[in-house]
Amino acid sequence: MAQVEFWQGNKAIAMGAIAAGCRFFGGYPITPSTEIMEVMSEELPRLGGKFVQMEDEIGGIAATIGASIAGLKAMTGSSGPGISLKQELLGYAYIAEIPMVLADVQRGGPSTGLPTKVSQADVMQAKWGTHGDHATIAYAPSSIQECYEITVKAFNMAERFRQPVLVMADEVVGHMREKIVIPEPGSFEIVNRKKPTVCPDEFVPYKADDDDIPPMAAFGDGYRWHVTGLTSNDWGFPTNEADEIDKKANRIIRKVDRCRDEIVEFKQESMEDAEIMVVSYGSVSRSALRAIRELRLEGVKVGHFRPITLWPFPDKEIAEIAKRVKHIIVPELNAGQMVGEVIKAAAGKCEVHARNLINGELYKPDQIMSFIKEVA
Amino acid sequence: MPREDVKKLLRTKFMPHIWCPGCGHGIIMHAILRALADLQIPKEKICISSGIGCSSRMPGYIDACTLHTAHGRSLAFATGVKLANPELTIVNVMGDGDGTAIGGNHFIHACRRNIGITAVVMNNNIYGMTGGQASPTTPEGAFAATAPYGAIDPTFDICKLAEGAGATYVARATVAQPAMCEQILKKAIQHQKKGFAVVELVTFCHTQFGRKNKRSRPMDNFNYLKDNSVMKAKADTMTAEELKGKIIIGEFVNIEDAREYTERYDEIIARAQKA
Repeated sequence: MAQVEFWQGNKAIAMGAIAAGCRFFGGYPITPSTEIMEVMSEELPRLGGKFVQMEDEIGGIAATIGASIAGLKAMTGSSGPGISLKQELLGYAYIAEIPMVLADVQRGGPSTGLPTKVSQADVMQAKWGTHGDHATIAYAPSSIQECYEITVKAFNMAERFRQPVLVMADEVVGHMREKIVIPEPGSFEIVNRKKPTVCPDEFVPYKADDDDIPPMAAFGDGYRWHVTGLTSNDWGFPTNEADEIDKKANRIIRKVDRCRDEIVEFKQESMEDAEIMVVSYGSVSRSALRAIRELRLEGVKVGHFRPITLWPFPDKEIAEIAKRVKHIIVPELNAGQMVGEVIKAAAGKCEVHARNLINGELYKPDQIMSFIKEVA
Repeated sequence: MPREDVKKLLRTKFMPHIWCPGCGHGIIMHAILRALADLQIPKEKICISSGIGCSSRMPGYIDACTLHTAHGRSLAFATGVKLANPELTIVNVMGDGDGTAIGGNHFIHACRRNIGITAVVMNNNIYGMTGGQASPTTPEGAFAATAPYGAIDPTFDICKLAEGAGATYVARATVAQPAMCEQILKKAIQHQKKGFAVVELVTFCHTQFGRKNKRSRPMDNFNYLKDNSVMKAKADTMTAEELKGKIIIGEFVNIEDAREYTERYDEIIARAQKA
């Protein structure tokens, strides 16, 4: 008998993390993501894992990175201003190649903004928030089931590529409660980071395999190595040599880019004969799907495209569709972030319409229906 | 020349080091290595963590598990490392700016949590790496790149700060007393089983602080520290007036029956598993 629960999105994220093998959480309270750390504080010690409430947001991600270096699958979570505060150390985890998952339950901003209101304002922050170049992997769940399953996947990606992966829920998805069927343990894939196979004295900590990913030791497991946020050579030693900088800077992007097709995820509905496509993600996609299903009954040729990975963005796929539809409508709970990527992908092949809501409310299906009717 | 067991702890392939000739930081690194060697901790069970600054480059030169983190954040990283693997002996080195300005919040909370980490604050009264800007320990009246008319900000007493925040071992020495540095460090590292230890080691930066404050040669600074250090026992008998400008050295806090954080967390695990 499958276990069926009625859970909140934030709880599903926490339980998904635990199912993925997460055994450390470092965080700081912030609305609307706090329930993730509350669940973690209860569940982790039961499994011998560790939870720590740190003194601030930066401390939360710092402890998370530290725990990952010492060998645990580790996670932190936050929202709004907390995500802004974590950006520097997110960059640290990218350059030092430390696996971790950041759950970002998005709320309105800028600054303290709208702590209890929904938003999709972090799409670009996820990609460009920390300084310097890196590859981003970010998922946008739209249901409680997905909160769980995507968090498992996020850990798998973090462990595989040795970098942070973001689970970008929004306030509605994080706080909404609905049915979830808990996947049986063993019924889904679990990925663990590659360990070094050489003896400690031969270990070169940042020497990558053919896949551009170096095996990772853990502090305390017999290997001695250096971790730094400075751009470093294969020994992890800071470098100012152009060729060594070039090698490292490009490798940490390439290791993800080369697997782009494998990582990118999206879901389409009613797209076979569609002349109008709505592109939406997260909580908005729920209203959009309702709108589309109703209009289909009226004979409107409209379909839906939902990016599940916000990054890497499904640009190639949208570029293909743009050749055959007349209009793309992009409703977002921000002043227009992902729509820029859609415009780039569509490259003038069809009309792209941005529709934006930044009043803290969620789009209702009839609002999206009227956007579709405007262009139909 | 360093002892053979100390030499074995050096990661010579990462050298030459970045410190200026005559810098006090080398004395501290040597004292840390002697303490670790004396305590015979296997090097794969040693973690040296640090933030950003001249002092924070130390981990690179030590053949252990070494973690050069971000400015001010070393203790928060080290907290995660220690929780994930309490078997590790963690020596967290940081500068005065790194540890008490940008990292001040993590510093006081690591003290409060009483987690088994030995925090070494290498206090040279200045931001050396960035060119000699005033730090929270730049003495009032001293000159710095950002205090061209003299500093007016009152300073932190790092040991008092640590004591007030709950550290269960607190001591201070200067690089003019290398044997005392080593002795204190040894006790502070052993104290990890009981909790958080803070060791303030007063050093100097003749390059950035000294040349703006009439102590441009290393020996000017070395002699200054020697001449102005007062043992705690003696300081206890002196008036506030007499202690002006003096550096009180010795042990300030040593709580023998303190309870370490990861040990207490194990009790949480036991409680959760019983529930």
